Amino acid sequence: MGNSTSPALKRVEVTQEPVSSDVAPVVDADAALGRPLSLDGLHVAFGERKVLNGLTLDIPARQFVAVVGRSGVGKSTLMRLIVGLDIPGAGEVRIDGVPVNGLQPSVRLLFQDARLLPWQTVLNNVGIARRPGWREASLAALGDVGLVDRQSDWPAVLSGGQRQRVALARVLVSHPSILLLDEPFGALDALTRSDMHALLERLWLQHGFTTLLITHDVSEAVLLADRVVVIRDGQITYDVPITIPRPRRRSDAAIVALQSKILEQV
Amino acid sequence: MKHRWADRLSLERLAPWLVPLGLVVLWEVAARSGWIEQRVLPAPTQVAVAFWDTVSSGMLFHHVGISFQRAVLGLLAGGGLGFVLGVLNGTSRHAELLLDSALQMFRNVPHLAVIPMVILWFGIDETAKVFLVAIGTLFPVYLNTFHGIRTVDHGLIEMARVNGLGPAAVFWRVVLPGAMPSVLVGLRYALGIMWLTLIVAETIAASSGIGYMTMNAREFLQTDVVVLGILVYALLGKAADVVTKSLEHRMLAWHPAYHSARSAGG
Repeated sequence: MGNSTSPALKRVEVTQEPVSSDVAPVVDADAALGRPLSLDGLHVAFGERKVLNGLTLDIPARQFVAVVGRSGVGKSTLMRLIVGLDIPGAGEVRIDGVPVNGLQPSVRLLFQDARLLPWQTVLNNVGIARRPGWREASLAALGDVGLVDRQSDWPAVLSGGQRQRVALARVLVSHPSILLLDEPFGALDALTRSDMHALLERLWLQHGFTTLLITHDVSEAVLLADRVVVIRDGQITYDVPITIPRPRRRSDAAIVALQSKILEQV
Repeated sequence: MKHRWADRLSLERLAPWLVPLGLVVLWEVAARSGWIEQRVLPAPTQVAVAFWDTVSSGMLFHHVGISFQRAVLGLLAGGGLGFVLGVLNGTSRHAELLLDSALQMFRNVPHLAVIPMVILWFGIDETAKVFLVAIGTLFPVYLNTFHGIRTVDHGLIEMARVNGLGPAAVFWRVVLPGAMPSVLVGLRYALGIMWLTLIVAETIAASSGIGYMTMNAREFLQTDVVVLGILVYALLGKAADVVTKSLEHRMLAWHPAYHSARSAGG
């Protein structure tokens, strides 16, 4: 918990690799794909309203960062910039030191809603990009999220949690180096959300993608991330590493303490 | 007493048919006894005889075949053009700007009002009928295709782009399937207008077809053939509706409203 006492409104440099002392991650062939991501002085304005105001953040490869902030502080805008759907008014997004220009094949975004094509089966949704060998890759990804037996179903018959798992499988198929998650569990019930947390953590440990999770749920952030940053007024105003060993328990005293500390900053 | 329940069940199934059947019997009796004059309405049995006569002489199939051919050709030309224009204007703002207002102006001309013009242009040969059916079916297909494409969930398009689909793939896999329910609604409207247009066009200016057959019969006071023609039109309209419905079931099998089975199979 070393750095959690650092003063607010001051950036804490996090240079070391994520610590996961308890769980020895099962690293597969796709692991170590994670690439460093840096956001440098990002400005975005919608008319008069400044959404991002010189936001700067450096994320080392494979780190799991949670971004918290009140609604309307530009968290989703930030995601759209990183994935290349929008262009910043000023500043730069860099992956591996290379400035981002347009949509990035190495970056995948999990939306708030699952956004499955209703006219395609689960399997065809997962393999939507239809790259060579997509069928096998999609089946493997469905296996990762535990939904192989639903491969021939229409999305309409799935529950909310299952749909989000299919969406997760869809991003896994392309072996992203950077995974962005835009409040992906916000609409789920508490039990399903807790399952999804475990699933996401397992997949992250296994695949090793650099992860940026947007959430308004501070406990979710502390539970999953290596590092939590707070956005306020279009900037990062608080930045704290979470060194509590995994697997973490929601009721853990250290978690609860960190949680209330971060909440003060939001 | 043993069969009482079975009797009641079959009675329930028969009940809806009692009134129509009774009306037909009443009609038969009225026509036979001379309450209704022959030249006003022929007896149902006379219509049946007329049906047999026209079938055995090959006349009915000759005329139905020609009408069917006109209907299909007109629908292919008009519906096809409407679909292409709808896709074009739905996907390109430039095309919409250029073409939409002109199409809206043409749309507001009742297409049957141009019959005199069409007769002057094409005489009463095949082109005239096909042309009329074509302009009648163009607009319902155009409007519904355009509307369907414009109302495709933008989130899905965004998702597809983020997952690496190019413009062509986005169109074929997201935009077009998303617009399909609306396109099929347009097709059903077009089918109704197709028969209506054909009836009018064939009764006014033709030397073959069901419309001609009935108008010709009118000259000779063959009311049985006239009634037969009307019934044939009704049957053809019903057949067209059945075909579109099965098309809907096939193409919209993913839609919750059409789920016959839980699984998509395959």
